[in-house]
Amino acid sequence: MLIIVCPYCGKRPEIEFTYGGQAHLVRPKEPSQLDDEAWAEFLYMRANTKGVYAERWRHAHGCGRFFNAIRDTTTDHFLAFYKSGERQPPLDNVPLAPGERTR
Amino acid sequence: MRQSFSGLSLIWRGLSRHRSWQPQWRKADPKPGYDAIIVGGGGHGLGAAYYLAKEHGLANVAVLEKGWIGGGNTGRNTTIIRSNYLFDESAALYDHSLKMWETLSQVLNYNVMFSARGVMLLAHTVHDIQVAKRHVHANRCNGVDNEWLEPEQAKEFCPPLNIEKNIRYPVLGAALQRRGGTARHDAVAWGYARAADALGVDIIENCEVTGIRRDANGAVEALDTTRGVIRSRKVGVAAAGHTSVVLAMAGVRLPLESFPLQALVSEPVKPVFPCVVMSNTIHAYISQSDKGELVIGAGTDAYTSYTQRGALHINTHTLDAICELFPNFRRLRMLRNWGGIVDVTPDRSPIIAKTKVPGLYVNCGWGTGGFKATPGSAHVFAWTIARDDPHPINAPFTIERFQDGYLIDEAAAAAVAH
Repeated sequence: MLIIVCPYCGKRPEIEFTYGGQAHLVRPKEPSQLDDEAWAEFLYMRANTKGVYAERWRHAHGCGRFFNAIRDTTTDHFLAFYKSGERQPPLDNVPLAPGERTR
Repeated sequence: MRQSFSGLSLIWRGLSRHRSWQPQWRKADPKPGYDAIIVGGGGHGLGAAYYLAKEHGLANVAVLEKGWIGGGNTGRNTTIIRSNYLFDESAALYDHSLKMWETLSQVLNYNVMFSARGVMLLAHTVHDIQVAKRHVHANRCNGVDNEWLEPEQAKEFCPPLNIEKNIRYPVLGAALQRRGGTARHDAVAWGYARAADALGVDIIENCEVTGIRRDANGAVEALDTTRGVIRSRKVGVAAAGHTSVVLAMAGVRLPLESFPLQALVSEPVKPVFPCVVMSNTIHAYISQSDKGELVIGAGTDAYTSYTQRGALHINTHTLDAICELFPNFRRLRMLRNWGGIVDVTPDRSPIIAKTKVPGLYVNCGWGTGGFKATPGSAHVFAWTIARDDPHPINAPFTIERFQDGYLIDEAAAAAVAH
């Protein structure tokens, strides 16, 4: 089970959280102005990255808030946690997670 | 010359101390070029290569596998075969497959151990009953067998089942597809590999695709691999959980997310379980292998991952349900658990289609249930590659359905929980 650090509540087990998928997808301001391809891109297409990935989690059985995390999908190690609205750390230079010596 | 198997030949080899066995397929080295290349040496990929050679006359075909044959989801699933899907498009695809399972051992001259022992889907709530009965009727309209059983009839079909009223989710009935069942998953990969090899297909293991080269018109021209550049104008990708990774090399984006899906087996015991039982509501999938292990399917983990492992609470959640439904299994020990990476589409239906890149085809999005579709999927995928045009059965399973809205939304209907 993953140990997830909620930026509001601290370290908690994974079962307190729900997964929110890829982070930083911005809903288009004028959906009606988009063609079908662009709208499908927003609704359905996902990076599904093998490697360092920015994703959303929600502390459903805690504070209830959404936040973002950076995780390596080849190891499941979390590299960073940050609040919604904060800037995404650059994915190629994420600081080491606490307890992580090398990557 | 390939060995041909029969009951007599097996007895003969047994009596002659097993000294006359030969490798079932060649260890091929890559040639400079092929008429068609399949990326992914699981059941779907090997089957597609076989049907390309067998039915479409393309003998110069290669299958590239980054690990070993059948080492991915083909060897990691719980081998359940059924075709009781709700929508017409799905019923056509999965029943095409089920019909092919029934004769596959004879066609391949290799025993895939298909056993139509019946797949029973349990209902635990009034809503479950309504949904299951709707499935029964929809299936029968599509010529797919499915029947409704009362709890006593379900118990008669599967004696270990607990139909007492005093459990948290009592069994209120079940939908039974008698033609459904199980098969030996490894044998499916091996049987297709052997049959394809006999038709001249090169099966190249330990060969990972690292790039897709395209010509001035954007069409596929060659693949960069860990064993050199291999030319081909037709490339079919059947890479399961890694499909997004492979197709990103050609700039194709897909509506896929890859999740770990876990399964586990018990210690082997004598035959105790005559059929396959599934319960969506309380999340249990169970059958018994011919080796005697109870094969149990758990759920997907919550997050996308490529690690081929997941968390233990997913397995214990499934075992909670198994122990309630089958109290006599409570003292069985579990022998192994493992995970595979499954590629899930938003509507939980697969994609078997051309991509916008000429010469590049994709067979993906099987999510948590691709094994059952292996022969049918391989068959229509080969057709799509050979003719550059989909077979009528896979014509609805496009990538473009996510743009035009013609979804095949089994997410709420597929007779499994997601």
